[in-house]
Amino acid sequence: MEKIFARPAGLQKNINGYCPGCLHSQIGKMIMTVLEEFDLLERAVMVDGVGCAASNRNYIDIDSVNSPHGRPCAVASALKRCSPESVVVTYQGDGDLASIGLAETMMAANRGDNISVFFINNANYGMTGGQMAPTTLMGMKTSTTPYGRNAEEHGYPMHMCEVLNTLTAPSYLARVTLIDPAHIRKAKEAVRQAIQHQLDGKGFSMVEFVSNCPTNWGVTPLESLNYIKEKMLPEFPLGEFRNK
Amino acid sequence: MENAILIGGIGGQGVVMFGKILCYTAADVEGKFVTFYPSYGVEKRGGVSNCYVTISDDPIGAPKADDSNTVVALNDLAVKTFEKTLLPGGTFFIDSSVCELRPTRTDINVIEVPASEIAREIGNMKVANICMIGAFIGYSECLPPEKILETAFKMLGAKHPELNEVNEKAFFKGLEIGKAAK
Amino acid sequence: MDRVVMKGTEAIAEAAIRAGCRFFAGYPITPQNEIPEYFSRRMPQVGGIYLQGESETASAAMLYGAGATGIRAMTSSSSCGISLMSEAIAWMAGACLPVVLCNVMRGGPGIGSIQPSQQDYFQATKASGNGGFRMLVLAPSTLQEAVDMIYNAFDLAQKYKNPVFVLCDGFTGGMMEPVVLPPMMSDEAIAAERKANESWAATGRKGSPTKHKVSCGERPGYKVPLEEKNKMDWAMYESWKETEVEYEDYMTEDAELIITGYGITGRIARSAVDLLRKEGYKVGLIRPKKIHPFPEIAFEKLDYSKLRGILSCEMSIPPQYYYDVDAVVRRRTPIATCLRSGGEIISRAAIMEEAKKLYGEK
Repeated sequence: MEKIFARPAGLQKNINGYCPGCLHSQIGKMIMTVLEEFDLLERAVMVDGVGCAASNRNYIDIDSVNSPHGRPCAVASALKRCSPESVVVTYQGDGDLASIGLAETMMAANRGDNISVFFINNANYGMTGGQMAPTTLMGMKTSTTPYGRNAEEHGYPMHMCEVLNTLTAPSYLARVTLIDPAHIRKAKEAVRQAIQHQLDGKGFSMVEFVSNCPTNWGVTPLESLNYIKEKMLPEFPLGEFRNK
Repeated sequence: MENAILIGGIGGQGVVMFGKILCYTAADVEGKFVTFYPSYGVEKRGGVSNCYVTISDDPIGAPKADDSNTVVALNDLAVKTFEKTLLPGGTFFIDSSVCELRPTRTDINVIEVPASEIAREIGNMKVANICMIGAFIGYSECLPPEKILETAFKMLGAKHPELNEVNEKAFFKGLEIGKAAK
Repeated sequence: MDRVVMKGTEAIAEAAIRAGCRFFAGYPITPQNEIPEYFSRRMPQVGGIYLQGESETASAAMLYGAGATGIRAMTSSSSCGISLMSEAIAWMAGACLPVVLCNVMRGGPGIGSIQPSQQDYFQATKASGNGGFRMLVLAPSTLQEAVDMIYNAFDLAQKYKNPVFVLCDGFTGGMMEPVVLPPMMSDEAIAAERKANESWAATGRKGSPTKHKVSCGERPGYKVPLEEKNKMDWAMYESWKETEVEYEDYMTEDAELIITGYGITGRIARSAVDLLRKEGYKVGLIRPKKIHPFPEIAFEKLDYSKLRGILSCEMSIPPQYYYDVDAVVRRRTPIATCLRSGGEIISRAAIMEEAKKLYGEK
């Protein structure tokens, strides 16, 4: 019988602990698939931060560095400079990348450090119980915005691709989602691009995944995909923002 | 024998250079121990600038001595501030062409060196500190004069070799004043 | 042997490079700016990496990333900057990374002053971050010692797979003095060590059957439950009491009064001992060269029956070092203090005066 699909070699043979329907498991698998396709599993290092994104390291089968909350871009910059042969990727949530680690993200991008950043935006702090993130939508109820996010108190959702696109150095910036096969194919292509940019020594690349959090959003997995389509995507438009 | 020297002035007068020339020279002399410690205000230009140099025949304990054997005052503030830190019998060098104040203590030796005036006559205000070093060396004999000049040429002459001549002139003028004051 | 006159901060940086340090990340803060400046000049000359962090927090995180590759790496900062690094320091201790940090202390708390102090003793020796980890803390009192300690610090870090901390004060960092520089670690030796470190470094599997994870609670090569890792760390800290205690014991044999202090204070205290001896006072000096592990033995072996007291000196008000002395002396003799703080340099005359007071009639 012809084998048409197999577990990516970059994943461990264990059971993924992400919530049912959470796209983290899809994104983690996608990155490992691409690294395998590029034959980079022996050279790749994944740097993760703190939060749900950090759990990813328990399911992958490549070298990894778990860094302080928000600091993956700083850790990865140094790691890549000390070990240029390594292919260095970060895997970060929105609290990690856009809140506590905003300075590290901005400055790594501004230095044009040759790393690939994977940013999982699900509009809340998943692991700690769904608190407001910089990416939380207007009016969205979270455990720290029980009456909904409002501009007077909390300001507006932060658009990281657009913010980084104001800088000169970044080489590749794209926002993708995984709500259906067509989008998944595009997302995978973006991951490929980000890795290719690093292999070509072009500098900082980032792929932002507009993702979900069925548990904290209080919806079913299918409803969460709808929520992405109807609420998240109008706020976070998809596309390639930069491709040098 | 330990000679604790305190040089005081403002940024731009060559206070730190004064200290560094002593320090580098002493480090080159067999058997000498030396420390140098600069202290200045937060202003990058024109602020208070002092430095402490200790030259000794034994290992140095306190690189910033409480009391000095020698004070070199390049402005009135230094005269006012550091007169009291001089040990009895110590020597107080003063740029008499810049300072209006004079120490009032009677248990110290005061040596007036019109260093800035000499520098003006020579035609370069920057050499005033070299003139003061000359006076200090001439009086204290704590380091060989030719070694001091060697260091000065190395440090100052690297960028401006044309200044070696005026530096030498200023140094020897000071040296004579120091010797004469003995 | 190269005998050169150098500024403390620059001597520290040069010694690190000669020790094989090939990565430095840092953020400007007085009085240690010459360290990053020096590295930025020298690193390209020796094939090393200099990276200016966007903050102390990021610089320490960069050190963590560099340390994870097995390269010899260091950072430096001063007091309030070190506070910002405590996050990554704890992580590096958690992840067993062999890195070196240097604090050129200034006045505190908070922004304090830019002048020298010794106000970070507790922070360095007891709690440089969360979780109760400890580090070897080296406390140089002269430039030569600073050079030798930094040089040695990298070996210690590699030996114990734990961060090593050099606690230097702004005075030692700011002064100039002749130093003899140690030889340069050869490129071959540097390469050999990195090769050896590949057994745990996270730079890609490179054909190894097991992946490497650098994270808190992972011992190089295998994972243990956190409590187990805590116990292993504790055993290591305890072993240091046998292997790593280092102090200067000067004229204590017949001493009736002990003066004690570390770093620049220890140096000044030593010259106070010399002068007091000339005046006929039987005084001696105990100066820890490492303040963690604390040299308890130096105080344990004193003959308390003939001691008039101990004078504990430091540039910190309230005192901190004093409490470690107090803990080992356990009321067996009176302990007095001679203290300065907030950027004021401790004076030899003040130490002598306090010593005479405690000594009483000759």
